[in-house]
Amino acid sequence: MPVSLENSKLIYRGLKGCGIRLLSALPETWLVHLIQIAEDDPEMRLVRLAKEEEGVGLSAGAHFAGVKSAMLMQNHGFLAAINGIVSFAHLYKIPLLMLVSYRGSFGERDPWQTQGGNVTEPLLRAMNIPYSCLDASASVEKRIAQAHTLAESSLQPVALLLTRDLMWGE
Amino acid sequence: MMLRIDCLRAIYSDLEKCLVVTIMGALPAELQSLGHRPNFFYLQHAMGLASSTGLGLALCLPHQKIVVLDGDGSLLMNLGTLSTLARYKPRNFVHIVFDNESLLSVGGFPTATSTGTDLEGIARAAGIPQTCSVRTVDDFASAARRAISSEGLQTIVAKVEATGPKAFITDLGLLENRFQFRRHIQSLAAKSR
Repeated sequence: MPVSLENSKLIYRGLKGCGIRLLSALPETWLVHLIQIAEDDPEMRLVRLAKEEEGVGLSAGAHFAGVKSAMLMQNHGFLAAINGIVSFAHLYKIPLLMLVSYRGSFGERDPWQTQGGNVTEPLLRAMNIPYSCLDASASVEKRIAQAHTLAESSLQPVALLLTRDLMWGE
Repeated sequence: MMLRIDCLRAIYSDLEKCLVVTIMGALPAELQSLGHRPNFFYLQHAMGLASSTGLGLALCLPHQKIVVLDGDGSLLMNLGTLSTLARYKPRNFVHIVFDNESLLSVGGFPTATSTGTDLEGIARAAGIPQTCSVRTVDDFASAARRAISSEGLQTIVAKVEATGPKAFITDLGLLENRFQFRRHIQSLAAKSR
């Protein structure tokens, strides 16, 4: 599988470096290594969800408990979580660090991913969610730390889009 | 038929040492009419996520008892939560579902439990280790007390009448409630240090 193990490790190191100790996730191809690394790490509590929106509640509970968390999902999972993001995280000022695999963009071969790719950034902008693309390994750790800092200081959801350039080696 | 507020009244003092997360609408209005406490968090939207919030709390605070006061309408919007709860089986989690077979807070539309959907059966089949259904206040109070004072994940479905207070808005601000709740948890952590 040409998912980049090296860059998955780098992303994981970025999350650990911010003190993330709870990770909610729903698998997809690009995220398999990240989820496996989290599963193998005794310091990380991995919570496998039925639907991504549950992750908003989990992260809110973790925040109330003083535990730092992140959400790992595909952009279609972000679409599935939107009501929770708006009517919980935005309404109650809950910091969310969302790592979203950016399927359906340039280079996408799977026809079923393409519509989600079209709407991901417009929706993030419409929802006023600060976001940035992770596209080069050199800046991964720093940008994760910056996103986490902003989520915590602003008490709001922040998104990092995991791009094909970073996640997929062909 | 039993009233939800009588159930809440019956366990009100048992909730004092728990962290309580509720759904929106009539339920939090009734609980607040009995008296708000800093260990109560009312999720006044995001239907379905009260139980997910409780799971986050339960996993992060394993020595704290978490009580989620859910409803049939909310749980039906997020049935997957039962499978996630059952997967992790937090031993400090009590899931109480008030089933009035109605979306009362938005005008009383009947939910699928009014046509036979059995939430206790769904919880059991999802893998929740202990489940029960209760129809009287006495049965409710003893089931809830037993669950709160013992270990193990449990779902209690309480069949209640579809009535509630006239108004749902209280003078407790959403953000006030949220910050107070977090601060309360921080003070518990400071005490146990």
